[in-house]
Amino acid sequence: MARWLTGALALLVLLSLPAFVTRPHHRHVLIMILLYAMLAAAWNILAGYCGQISLGHAIFFGLGAYTSTTLVKQAAISPWIGMVAGAVVAVVVSQAIGFPVFRLRGHYFAIATIALGEIVQTLFINWDWIGGARGVFIPIRRPDSLLHLQFHESKQNYYYVALAMFALALLVTRVLERSRAGYYFRAIREDQEAAASLGINVARSKQLAMAISAGLTALGGTFYAQYILFIDPESVLSLSLSILICLVAVLGGVGTLWGPLLGATVLVPLSEGTRVLLGGGGKALDLLIYGGLIVLISVAQPGGLMALWRKGWRRAA
Amino acid sequence: MTAEILLQSVISGILMGFVYALIAAGLSLIFGLMEIVNFAHGEFLMLAMFGAFWGWALWSVDPLLSLPLTTLALFVLGVLTYKGIIRWILGGPMLAQIFATFGLAILLRSGAQFLFGVDFHVVRDPWIHGRISLGGLFIGLPQLTASVAALAAFAGLYWFLTHTETGLALQATAQDRQAASLMGINTERMFALGWGIGSACVGVAGSLLAIFFYVFPDVGATFALLAYVTVALGGFGNVPATLLAGVIVGVVEVLGGILINPALKYAIVFLLYLLVVLIRPQGLFGKF
Repeated sequence: MARWLTGALALLVLLSLPAFVTRPHHRHVLIMILLYAMLAAAWNILAGYCGQISLGHAIFFGLGAYTSTTLVKQAAISPWIGMVAGAVVAVVVSQAIGFPVFRLRGHYFAIATIALGEIVQTLFINWDWIGGARGVFIPIRRPDSLLHLQFHESKQNYYYVALAMFALALLVTRVLERSRAGYYFRAIREDQEAAASLGINVARSKQLAMAISAGLTALGGTFYAQYILFIDPESVLSLSLSILICLVAVLGGVGTLWGPLLGATVLVPLSEGTRVLLGGGGKALDLLIYGGLIVLISVAQPGGLMALWRKGWRRAA
Repeated sequence: MTAEILLQSVISGILMGFVYALIAAGLSLIFGLMEIVNFAHGEFLMLAMFGAFWGWALWSVDPLLSLPLTTLALFVLGVLTYKGIIRWILGGPMLAQIFATFGLAILLRSGAQFLFGVDFHVVRDPWIHGRISLGGLFIGLPQLTASVAALAAFAGLYWFLTHTETGLALQATAQDRQAASLMGINTERMFALGWGIGSACVGVAGSLLAIFFYVFPDVGATFALLAYVTVALGGFGNVPATLLAGVIVGVVEVLGGILINPALKYAIVFLLYLLVVLIRPQGLFGKF
């Protein structure tokens, strides 16, 4: 009961935040926090709960972004339909990828996903029809319209769309945590052989985790495209994006419900803050701090910030 | 497309392959010892290249002259990485193992970017420059030097692993940690030594690459990816097999580049890797 109350309270705070946070840049930071929290939550379903550490999730993000953008540009189809289409494409591709790659385990799986991500990025860089290396601008629509998922007057509406997507990812995770499939995922993470010997269809469970994770990630990709209004292979398909998604989850706490939000709340302002302070300039100070934080957390507390939080909670109680 | 161009490409592929093999050997050695993939391997290489570059830029010391020092520095870096980070996560969850070195990679890469900027640097007028021609085929002397030296270093590593007591102790530790420690081998020392030697490999490779390749903070990424492919092709932990695997990667890279599309050459290498690990997950040659 207390946990539900905390959850409801958190959502209430999130819902009312734009009332207090009115400056565009601050709202931008909030939107990015929610977007990365959502992406990390999606990654978390496959990596945190099912134990399959994918370092190629940018593939699904990019597919979401490119599918909706291509539909908008070539056929003037609403990005909402494009979002669904992108998720479908991502799920189909994820199943095609998963079928062979899930036979690999541990480090081998992680490296194979890196290789796949690099292949997809290279293909998109060389695919001129969808923009190639130059990328694509999403045509600006005026006036603001929910149908076209473009808001230029205020970032508030983007915030609520991002919040809705984060809530969806959270809800999916929550439902999975309690469901049979979710228990299967965790059993596979802990010991694949034992899980198989208990009659769990390991291959099918992994594919399911992959499908859910990929579909959610693609939604984030469409949102990013409609929010930034420019995509190119470097921004939506790169290895560094894949890694960033993992870092958010790892920092917050892998395999936990609120870990992704916690991780994003630390990392995104850090990145935006150093960028404002140093004015960009390619100094990569944010990444420098990320890297240090990740090493520290891996060595000292592999459970992430959530584990630290819980420890503190227990000590206080 | 003449046979000459093809032959020319295969030769340059083989030459590059020896360098790939040396980089991959270090990675493979570490993996064989403790089943940890060093995701910062490419960044170690980048540091070695920068070491070679700054030696030249500040004191006009040729990369080949500073090679022993760079190698020693990388050896120390490897040992420190083991002592400072890896030792603490050996028994930890796999996620911690992956992200500890990933975090280190990001730290080193962005550190280099912070200190040196994102510009591409190049060592101008190295000792060895120019090219030789052999019956219509041209071979760049720096490439040839790097290739031969990498091969020599590889041979040295192989000799060390198979003919010295310490090398055999390393192999024993890789085979069975507990049995080795029962035989009186200090496995803790072996792990540190493995990290030192594995990193020293890229110390050599980085110095050699610096005489003909650009030096920039992201340079390690491509080489590291190719090194993972090479290691996986040869079989994780199988150091000798990385030599052949490195040559295969080098040749596939150039052939894919000229026969299919230069822009897709890395994609082709990765595709080859995926095919191999899916058909033979243990790599072409299995474990050493």
